Amino acid sequence: MAEAEVIHIDTARSAQRKTRERCAATTSSGRPCRNYAVDGRDYCRVHLNDAVARGRHPSSSGRKVDELHKETPPTPSNFFEWAESFINRRLSGDYPIDDFGYDAELAREVLLPMAKPLYENYFRVRTYGIDRIPATGPALLVGNHSGTIPLDAVMVQYAVANEHPQKRTVRNVAANLAFTIPFFGPLARKTGNAVACDDDANELLRRGEIVGVFPEGYKGVGKGWRERYKLQRFGRGGFVELALRMQVPIIPVAIVGAEEAYPMIANAKWLAKALGFPYFPITPTFPLLGPLGALPLPSRWVIEFGDPIPMDDYPEDAADDAMLVFDLSDRIRDTIQQMLYRNLSKRGGAFF
Amino acid sequence: MAAQGKRRVLITGVSRFLGLRIAKRLENDPSIEALIGVDLEEPPVPVKNLEFIRVDIGNPLIARVLQASDVDTLIHTNISSSQAILGGRSQMKENNVIGTMQVLAAAQRADAIKKVIVKSSTAIYGSSPSDPSILREDHGTGSDLSGYGKDVAEAEITARDFGRRRKDVDLVILRTQNVIGPTVNTSMTDYLSLPVLPTALGYDPRLQFLHEEDAVDAFVRAMGADCRGIFNIAADGIVFLSQATRLLGRLPAPVLLPAAEALANLMRRFDIVDFPTDQLKLIVYGRVVDTQRAKDAFGFAPQFSTFDSLVDFRDNRAGELAPGPVERPPWERELFEYLKKAQTQKETV
Repeated sequence: MAEAEVIHIDTARSAQRKTRERCAATTSSGRPCRNYAVDGRDYCRVHLNDAVARGRHPSSSGRKVDELHKETPPTPSNFFEWAESFINRRLSGDYPIDDFGYDAELAREVLLPMAKPLYENYFRVRTYGIDRIPATGPALLVGNHSGTIPLDAVMVQYAVANEHPQKRTVRNVAANLAFTIPFFGPLARKTGNAVACDDDANELLRRGEIVGVFPEGYKGVGKGWRERYKLQRFGRGGFVELALRMQVPIIPVAIVGAEEAYPMIANAKWLAKALGFPYFPITPTFPLLGPLGALPLPSRWVIEFGDPIPMDDYPEDAADDAMLVFDLSDRIRDTIQQMLYRNLSKRGGAFF
Repeated sequence: MAAQGKRRVLITGVSRFLGLRIAKRLENDPSIEALIGVDLEEPPVPVKNLEFIRVDIGNPLIARVLQASDVDTLIHTNISSSQAILGGRSQMKENNVIGTMQVLAAAQRADAIKKVIVKSSTAIYGSSPSDPSILREDHGTGSDLSGYGKDVAEAEITARDFGRRRKDVDLVILRTQNVIGPTVNTSMTDYLSLPVLPTALGYDPRLQFLHEEDAVDAFVRAMGADCRGIFNIAADGIVFLSQATRLLGRLPAPVLLPAAEALANLMRRFDIVDFPTDQLKLIVYGRVVDTQRAKDAFGFAPQFSTFDSLVDFRDNRAGELAPGPVERPPWERELFEYLKKAQTQKETV
């Protein structure tokens, strides 16, 4: 009797499942979307706005600012003309930004080039597997976070913007504390960062962007020297849920070198508490040498992009399966940890 | 009573900017049988076919107006962010919160009402660096609201209570972003009209505006379409405050954040700009909303992007048109005359 009832419920549920329409869209890897369509519509919640976006007004929001940024980039021959037009546009306020505040031209032509000496000559960054980032469409980069000051996020952004064949822009999501810091907050916005919350990451992926997350968060950047290259807990696995729901591939990223740039030998917790920061670093040079101590040490860096892990061949409603989410989160963490060890031994000396 | 398919529309705050512009847009609409406007003073520009009734929405008499006029659509625009126009913060709260309570209590009694549109504001979200970059309607009310934002939040609670009690009525709440344009006067346009713009040192908020034409358009579309719910209304795209400053050809005057509130109060004291301190966070952290829901539900289609709104504001703003503080004329007499007229009309029908 009890058995019969169980079957009864199951059949009722599967019958209910069958009657609900699936989303008509295909995901970035070409598989049919597995989400249910919104009642009375052809698409799921993820792709509904996409479908609407196709018929949108050209000046509408939802367009990527890279597409709006049509000004010819500077070349050595026309550099002065470009600079003049650039300055004029800046002074008149006539330049496009996207809804998150990303200012493509400022970031691409002015700010990122300023990071070039740091990337090429100071940290001597080597990258592997950059072509594993798709040429188009969304992806979620998941990296290890370290080094007191999140320079690793900037270096990943620089690497993809300059070495990827399509020169794509990585949109990192940052803790909201970042946006409360004067000068730094607006700069973070203009270089394409968004707030680390579901809404922002969802929206960026929906717009087909590459989103960078550092699930360790403060625990990663604020960990001591003795724990270097030991991955901390990966948050609550929110990034896996996000990727499952949006059905975008996860690309693990291992960053070696940031740990030595700012080796944190102690954490002045009382000072951090007084200032409202999650940690206050004491490095061999900071605060001993004052502002000079804020300079990173010239460590050698290696950034490796791992093989994309597809997220659209899991069963429906996978994002709601907490066990699966934890499991995937652990596996991705292990993958990155292995990549870290491998690259650490390949790199050799930390500075020379 | 109401002719087949024709609507009887009542607009509160008809002498203020938004109510007046909606009335002007509807004045020649053949599908409207009666256009009734209530406010404390007569509309500054004549509106054809408008039956104007001088009544304070904070007065229970508004209930009798709603019943006597037999309207099926109520557009409540009488929620204002300006202390100067209303004559102080306490009057502003009286108008925004108690006024909305009175109007909706009256509407609850009016059986003929089928649709209620309430003007709200995106100020309800507050401004916080920990909010999502793009706010949707299901994002909660801001955590530390005061002043206008708090008024709007309280007015919305009243409106949602009304919606629960009158399930047969299509309740639409429009959360409008900061309205700017050639003719509208708000604390934001006051602020943007300053020759030197005080900003918070080290902060550059993302701002989103709503062009006045698009604001009016949203109300008219929401009235015409079969829809209900809460909708964000804003222009597409955003600008940084620094960008807006340059677009308008103004000089920024960065102020240290702790001194900003004192400065804002000082400027209000000397009548330079009525920028409420509760809106200060807006020019520190900014606020951007998503309007997809309104686009899907009633075809909201803003003609001006945030950028274009600013350019229009810059290029076409003629002299100041600020209405003076409201005086309270003896309006009861006119009101009773109207009620009497309506009563006799009903009896003759």
